[in-house]
Amino acid sequence: MMDPRALSSPAARPIRAAAARDPGPLGPPPALSAAGITKRFGPLLALDDVSLRLAPGSFHALLGENGAGKSTLVKCIMGYHPADAGEVRVGDAALSIRSPREAQSLGIGMVYQHFTLVMNMTVAENLVLARPSLPLVIDWRKEREAIRAFMARMPFRIDPERTVRELATGEKQKLEILKQLYLGSRILLLDEPTSVLTPAEADEVLGMLRRMADEQRISVLMISHKFREVMAFADEVTVLRRGRVAGRGKARDLTPAAMAEMMVGAQPAHVSAARGDAPAGEPVLRIVGLAATAGRGRRALDGVTLTVRRGEIVGIAGVSGNGQEELVEVLAGQRAAREGAVLVHGEPYGAGREQTRAHRVRCLPEEPLRNACVPAMSVAENLGFRVFDRPPFTALRFGVSRAALRRSAERLVAEYAVKTPSVDAPIGRLSGGNVQRAVLARELGSGEDIELLIAANPCFGLDFAAVAEIRSRILLARNRGTAVLLVSADLDEIFAMADRVLVMSEGRIVHESPIASADVAAIGRAMAGHR
Amino acid sequence: MSDATALGLWGIPLAVAAGAIRISTPFLFVSLGECLTEKSGRVNLGLEGTLVMGAMGGYGVSYLTGSAWLGVLAAGLIGAALGALHAWLCSKPRVNDIAVGIALMLFGVGLAFFLGKPLIQPTAPRLPAISLGFFSDLPQVRAALEVNALFLIGAALAPLLLWMLRRTRSGLVLRTVGESADSARAMGVDVNLVRRRATMAGGFLAGVGGSFLSLFYPGSWNEGLSSGQGLMAVALVIYARWNPVRCLAASLLFGGASALGPALQSVGVTWGYHLFNAAPYIVTLAILVAASSATRPLRDQPAELTLAR
Repeated sequence: MMDPRALSSPAARPIRAAAARDPGPLGPPPALSAAGITKRFGPLLALDDVSLRLAPGSFHALLGENGAGKSTLVKCIMGYHPADAGEVRVGDAALSIRSPREAQSLGIGMVYQHFTLVMNMTVAENLVLARPSLPLVIDWRKEREAIRAFMARMPFRIDPERTVRELATGEKQKLEILKQLYLGSRILLLDEPTSVLTPAEADEVLGMLRRMADEQRISVLMISHKFREVMAFADEVTVLRRGRVAGRGKARDLTPAAMAEMMVGAQPAHVSAARGDAPAGEPVLRIVGLAATAGRGRRALDGVTLTVRRGEIVGIAGVSGNGQEELVEVLAGQRAAREGAVLVHGEPYGAGREQTRAHRVRCLPEEPLRNACVPAMSVAENLGFRVFDRPPFTALRFGVSRAALRRSAERLVAEYAVKTPSVDAPIGRLSGGNVQRAVLARELGSGEDIELLIAANPCFGLDFAAVAEIRSRILLARNRGTAVLLVSADLDEIFAMADRVLVMSEGRIVHESPIASADVAAIGRAMAGHR
Repeated sequence: MSDATALGLWGIPLAVAAGAIRISTPFLFVSLGECLTEKSGRVNLGLEGTLVMGAMGGYGVSYLTGSAWLGVLAAGLIGAALGALHAWLCSKPRVNDIAVGIALMLFGVGLAFFLGKPLIQPTAPRLPAISLGFFSDLPQVRAALEVNALFLIGAALAPLLLWMLRRTRSGLVLRTVGESADSARAMGVDVNLVRRRATMAGGFLAGVGGSFLSLFYPGSWNEGLSSGQGLMAVALVIYARWNPVRCLAASLLFGGASALGPALQSVGVTWGYHLFNAAPYIVTLAILVAASSATRPLRDQPAELTLAR
């Protein structure tokens, strides 16, 4: 067992004072319970009499579909939203937590889905900055020593002098968690902490939290979609559906199927597509010796060569930040290649509008709101990006028919179940999952068969049902003969979908195997850079 | 201006050094002010107007009270008031800081010309210079080392600001606001308040820079006083990469380049006078081109600083 003082840092002192009512800062973390929480947003009943108890030292998973109220519940506990009814108790005291600051002073810390780090500052500055009170003049030498001592007690560490921007995604997520521990939080609320991590990173982070929970140093409440992680790390589960508790229990007593049923109700969760077994056809996409540089002249792609054939899904696995993003950017025409060639159907391909159309190439990039949409333009306009300059949307080579765009958008919105107030709403107002669906509708819903689909983390941050739906649509496209390049940081996704897996590390393809004979351990070693 | 002929060619570096200090002072103050404002995530392009208002107001107060230092203080306060106006306008929803800045620049210049009409004739007390050339018998050296007090204040202020940005709570909060308003809000910081203070402080410094023009060099109030120093200072901040000490270096470089033409003329080089006068702008362009890249983002740029928000 580690030194229990590990959690005390200079910053923790005011929190200790606040926690004096509790068994003591060195004992187990206080219990957290929420009782009868009800929250309305206008006409929408987001939470309806939800209760949950987080026992000291437990690892509690909060499951539910998008919009089930998980984030709302956590935000009510943190004091972001005042609950309309119900109470939150920490230890023995009933408390009305009115702001995240107050929650923080009670030792409750939240790790958000998006990063709350300041990118252009160092790790040390970010840690110091997060403290509830800063001295007027900061003695950096003393702070650095304190941070170094703090890091030495942590299961993972990050060089305090590095700029956050330079950290890999996984490291940023670890820093978010370290920040809460540095602040002396004993109860950690995590909103999908592993959605940006590779399976290995996720296991490392969750395993560490699990150990700390077992040692009674912290309690964890984690929002998740991933059954695998819930089964492996959580000991208690609460499932929300449409703002109500749909089920709860010990993780060891539950099966993924039982949890899925609680999450989505009785109806089947997804239309599953079977993988057709037609052999892959002629090459559609060939990439030869592709090199590109990223920001600050870093060599992001270093001689990438690969082929994707008709009717196959080629999965690119790898720790995020090893060139996958740049590869997709080159293929999408967002980044210039320095060397090498991209060939589609044997012809040089530069992602120009004419070429994209001629070869029927479609792309589902990462962060679709940033890479594939104009947030301020309407859903209908965004859905028309591929076709607005062609009949029937335009006549006489100019003038765009808004009516035709809207009709087409309404059809796509209905078909792909995009939840939007209307097709005239700016797409930037839609939730992440719905933006993803809208882009998917635009890319796959045009009615014509797609020759080549490039998809990067297409299910990132989506709920269970949406993931199943998007995966089955991609599989269906493959069965119809589309060549698919699937870039994913989620190894499970690649194993579920790909016919062949390539591993990318430091801008190179370092491993290749058919999925049938793929060895997870070998892929893991390749991802980690061991060849 | 020092007569450098007696020193021969040695007069040129001496004249350039003296000119650098003299000419750089307004650039220094405006760029320090702009640096501070931009660190908070907002651009104030109105500092040209602030500079001219500061020059006019400082001259007027110096004339009325007989104290040049009161003039400097008044110029600063006028600048802070204009900064507060900028910050107040920008705190409204859907207001663009660049557009407000351009409007305030024209407003400040116009208002200064309007209010400054009666100040063109009278002579106001000027700021003192400090003689640092006491060790030398050469009158040219002594003249060149007559350093104005404001420059010394500005030169001391630059490292002080750097220290403040790095080592103090207010500096850290200011940078957080400029790097990520969301993070700052999550910390419980009032983003608008921090930006208002930064813009006011920036305006204060720009106003002080303006008072240098009317109270030291050239040392009188007229409508042709500023030649775009307020705008050039914005470019200086970019190539100083938002670092106050580099602002000092950039201002000195710019001042030195500006002094090149007059210095050469003073030793009898008449060829290319206008070309040498353009030297600072050529240097600015050259450095900006050399420092920029089509593929890399500008280093050290505060993340909240964008043209369209």
